[in-house]
Amino acid sequence: MDHGNIPIDHRAILELIEKQTSVLDLGCGRGELMDILIKEKGCRCQGIEIDENAVYECVARGLSVLHGDIDSGLSEYADNSFDYVVLNQSLQQLRHFDSVFKDALRVGRRVIVGLPNFAHYKTRLQLFFGGKAPVTPSLPYNWFDSPNVHFLSILDFRDYCKSRDARITHSIYLGEKMRILLLPNLLANVAIFLLKAGTVLESG
Amino acid sequence: MKENALGLVKAQEFTFAGSGEGFKLECGESFSPVTLAYEAYGQLNRDKTNAILIAHALSGDAHAAGLADGENRAGWWDNMIGPGKAFDTDKYFIICSNVLGGCRGSSGPSSINPKTRKPYGLSFPSVTIRDMVNAQKELIDYLGIDKLLSVAGGSMGGMQVLTWLAAYPGRLQSAIPIATTLKHSPQQIAFNEVGRQAIIADPCWRNGDYYGSAPPAKGLSLARMIGHITYMSDQSMEKKFGRIKKKDARPFKFTADFEVEGYLHYRGGNFVKRFDANSYLYISKAMDNFNLLDGRTLQGLFKGVKARLLVIAFKSDWLYPSYQSKEIIKAAKLAGLESTYCEVDSTYGHDAFLLETKEETHLIRHFLKKVFYSIQVR
Repeated sequence: MDHGNIPIDHRAILELIEKQTSVLDLGCGRGELMDILIKEKGCRCQGIEIDENAVYECVARGLSVLHGDIDSGLSEYADNSFDYVVLNQSLQQLRHFDSVFKDALRVGRRVIVGLPNFAHYKTRLQLFFGGKAPVTPSLPYNWFDSPNVHFLSILDFRDYCKSRDARITHSIYLGEKMRILLLPNLLANVAIFLLKAGTVLESG
Repeated sequence: MKENALGLVKAQEFTFAGSGEGFKLECGESFSPVTLAYEAYGQLNRDKTNAILIAHALSGDAHAAGLADGENRAGWWDNMIGPGKAFDTDKYFIICSNVLGGCRGSSGPSSINPKTRKPYGLSFPSVTIRDMVNAQKELIDYLGIDKLLSVAGGSMGGMQVLTWLAAYPGRLQSAIPIATTLKHSPQQIAFNEVGRQAIIADPCWRNGDYYGSAPPAKGLSLARMIGHITYMSDQSMEKKFGRIKKKDARPFKFTADFEVEGYLHYRGGNFVKRFDANSYLYISKAMDNFNLLDGRTLQGLFKGVKARLLVIAFKSDWLYPSYQSKEIIKAAKLAGLESTYCEVDSTYGHDAFLLETKEETHLIRHFLKKVFYSIQVR
């Protein structure tokens, strides 16, 4: 497969997921990520998606998808039902962030979280010098039509994981087109974390 | 003659349990012989891997698609079954049989008892959804099909689908229960009971022994009218009828002068021509007694099942509300079944499974394609 066509965040997630594993993609959208995971990694994928038209697109791709919201969709699963639970660009949009996060760690042996970084320097500059709610590539919405209800930085999420007894075992920081290796909380648009339940231990 | 891609289709008959112990029913009785009327469309492939069983609802029959020989009447799911349709007869072999207890060619209370040479009437034993499925399994065995590609159906058809999944998981690759439930709710039972009481209260019913005289047409028609109200939605009735009055409204106090009244009378009257009142009693009772969770837990229901699942519900369906479909999905989640669920945004009410064919076709066509593909590459 031509990796040039795969979005940079999907490529990062693809790296973190082992072959022949089971994946639950929460807020799977049109199923692009599940599609790659099946083709490239031979994963068994299950999606959950609230948007009816996105569900039809998933079905057209031959994917298994459940139409519904993430909150109730996740809580019905038994412990350790999947090798990975993926929350890519969806956690910050959930009103019940905390309960979904805990449930994800219960249902998945590992959890992958992808989040926009609110402390990116462009956000900081727009807010500080422009004095307006920032609009950036990873936070592309106006204040009045944003689906995001939580605005957090990479450091915020690290603190949060500590407080919730979740261990970050790997982190990938992304700019618009490339990986960010230095000062991620300032330079990364998006962060991808691999987590598991357990004591906090810094790495990556 | 109407245009129909499948053309004329012929009803077939399969009779079994004619000798020996007979066909064992859940009520404990044995029944002999059993006849199932069925129709089949498309070609069974050499490996017999492309067969799909369609299960019909309360008032349905084996004539699911095409034009019935001699009747020029399209099947009840003709918009879904045929060349290039959701159940594509160019690819799949589609079977639909009339349920046990029915009145459209399969053994039921209006069938002739070979011992008395009279219709069974109420001497016909009680049947359950499981009995209907067990009889279908005999037909599938007879056709030499080891594993069905899918079993699909809406409403009571969906109950049969779920029963197949729980009782014979090794005999199907996938299941498509539509607008259905794991167990009949008190509301669903209540509406059925009103329908049954309408039949029973008709003096022509005569304890079910009306064959050879006038049937309880008023009662059966009333049962059907009640049924039709529950199959529609407030929105679909508003759109279809509004408060429009019929043109031939006569100035009698209680004439059915609203369009909606005329429609219900028309549907009720038509139903009497093709349906047996006793079958209505038997089949509606089988639906009410349906509880797949009886003696099982939600966790254990689909344990070890490998089949793929496609569950479809409709937003405006208040007779089989989507929470009942979500309960099916919950059982599937607990069993680790790969499943797809969609709550289709439709205003048609319960009838949507027969009418909302665009979305239904999309879901079923792609789902079947995936299932069929995955058994070929295995």
